[in-house]
Amino acid sequence: MIRVEKLVKRFGDSVILDGIDLEIAQGEIIVVIGPSGTGKSTLLRCLNFLERPDSGRLKLGDLDLDVAAVNAKDMLAARRRTAFVFQNYALFANKTALENIAEGLIVVNRWPKKKAYARALEILERIGLASKANAYPASLSGGQQQRVGIGRAMAAKADIILFDEPTSSLDPEWVEEVLGLMKQLAAERQTMLVVTHEMSFARDVADRVIFMEGGRIVEQGPPSQLFNAPRDPRTQNFLRKVLATSSSGSISANNDALSVSE
Amino acid sequence: MNLLDINYMLELVPILLRYLPLTLGMAAAGMVLALMLSAGLAVIRVLRIPGLNAATMLFISFFRGTPLLVQLFLFYYGLPQVMSFLTTIDGITATIMGLTLHFSAYMAESIRAAIVGVDRSQTEAALSIGMTNGQLMRRIVLPQATRVAVPTLMNYFIDMIKATSLAFTLGVTELMGATQKEASGSFMYFESFVVVACIYWAIVELLAWFQRRLENRFNEAYRR
Ligand SMILES: Nc1ncnc2c1ncn2[C@@H]1O[C@H](COP(=O)(O)OP(=O)(O)OP(=O)(O)O)[C@@H](O)[C@H]1O
Ligand SMILES: [Mg+2]
Repeated sequence: MIRVEKLVKRFGDSVILDGIDLEIAQGEIIVVIGPSGTGKSTLLRCLNFLERPDSGRLKLGDLDLDVAAVNAKDMLAARRRTAFVFQNYALFANKTALENIAEGLIVVNRWPKKKAYARALEILERIGLASKANAYPASLSGGQQQRVGIGRAMAAKADIILFDEPTSSLDPEWVEEVLGLMKQLAAERQTMLVVTHEMSFARDVADRVIFMEGGRIVEQGPPSQLFNAPRDPRTQNFLRKVLATSSSGSISANNDALSVSE
Repeated sequence: MNLLDINYMLELVPILLRYLPLTLGMAAAGMVLALMLSAGLAVIRVLRIPGLNAATMLFISFFRGTPLLVQLFLFYYGLPQVMSFLTTIDGITATIMGLTLHFSAYMAESIRAAIVGVDRSQTEAALSIGMTNGQLMRRIVLPQATRVAVPTLMNYFIDMIKATSLAFTLGVTELMGATQKEASGSFMYFESFVVVACIYWAIVELLAWFQRRLENRFNEAYRR
């Protein structure tokens, strides 16, 4: 189980995360939505310590941290329990697809190379890219790169995978294959926290949807409740804008699409 | 005007080539030391290590801002005057020292730029899976930075080989010094300096060829 308590993050004088409380059960699939600049990415990055939170508590399984007093060792431990999937894939350009997935096992978990590559190949098979094992990122399509990015996160066997807009920089033709892989993981009850504008994914896959605004969780609930009967006026307002721009309630919204309806 | 004395030139080649090992030796020693020093300086600059960073910037500014010949004279003639334990310093040592310090100032900036040029998101990805800063540098950043920096560093090595010719002003009989001696004995200045120019030229071309092959191999690795 993962528990976040009163998490605060400031950049200079501005408070970006204003006391986030969040509990995530094992196997739970959570989607975070909210307007741009609201702190969604910052929340994910704080859980992975890519940003250093200013205060609060973070509980990851048996690791219980006062984030203000975290030392280097705790930070590495926390990172091993939280895997990250980046919007721009961020694959290691000097490593093949196979090596990208095996890298953490070899370097961080200190597995023997042979075992790590065998495991990485298993993962490549699961994500449907076994034939690309020896390809370098530069020769893969955006969709394939992001699937490798997800494969790298899967290899870590972390308590949770954090997805920060995993399909936002993809050409539309590749979006479905990445969402498909994420649905596959969800079906296997991989714990995940997903920031996305893909409302249909949220509706179909999430156990819980969280609406964030101004560095706070404004409202959360099962997708049916949050999408069909949002209680808070800010949630209603946001959803009205977002859903207005899409026909079937699915939206590949980028910020352009959002601003059109304003 | 007389035609070139080809026979004299052909005889001169093997005589001068005896001094090639000293020339290349000084350049190689200077390059190895400069690589180590510049990598250290680059890391200080990238990590902005307090205190050391300012000192490094001053060092780089001075050694890039003054002529190599001035630096060589400073070490060879100047240092023994202020450092009493160095009653003398031999020309070869002074040359290697000068080349090392001078070129490491330039190389540090190239290496720094190559390190900084590695896409920052890869750094975050490496940290996100729990790599330490050292692992991140060794396995992700430096291999990619090397690929970018190597062509530039090869150019500095080529420059350094040519710069060893300044050692003759410190009384070192290397390729250039030997040519000077031979020429003043035979009075065939033109022939002598044509020969030595061709020897430098040939070495540089050989290295340039090697450099191109190296670059091709580096690029190959990212295109599969
Ligand atoms: N490193 C930083 N330094 C200063 N300010 C930052 C930094 N990172 C983010 N911010 C600010 O924090 C706020 C929240 O940013 P964040 O990226 O978390 O928003 P977001 O909800 O992910 O938005 P988007 O939907 O556009 O991705 C923004 O106003 C942003 O400008
Ligand atoms: Mg974001």
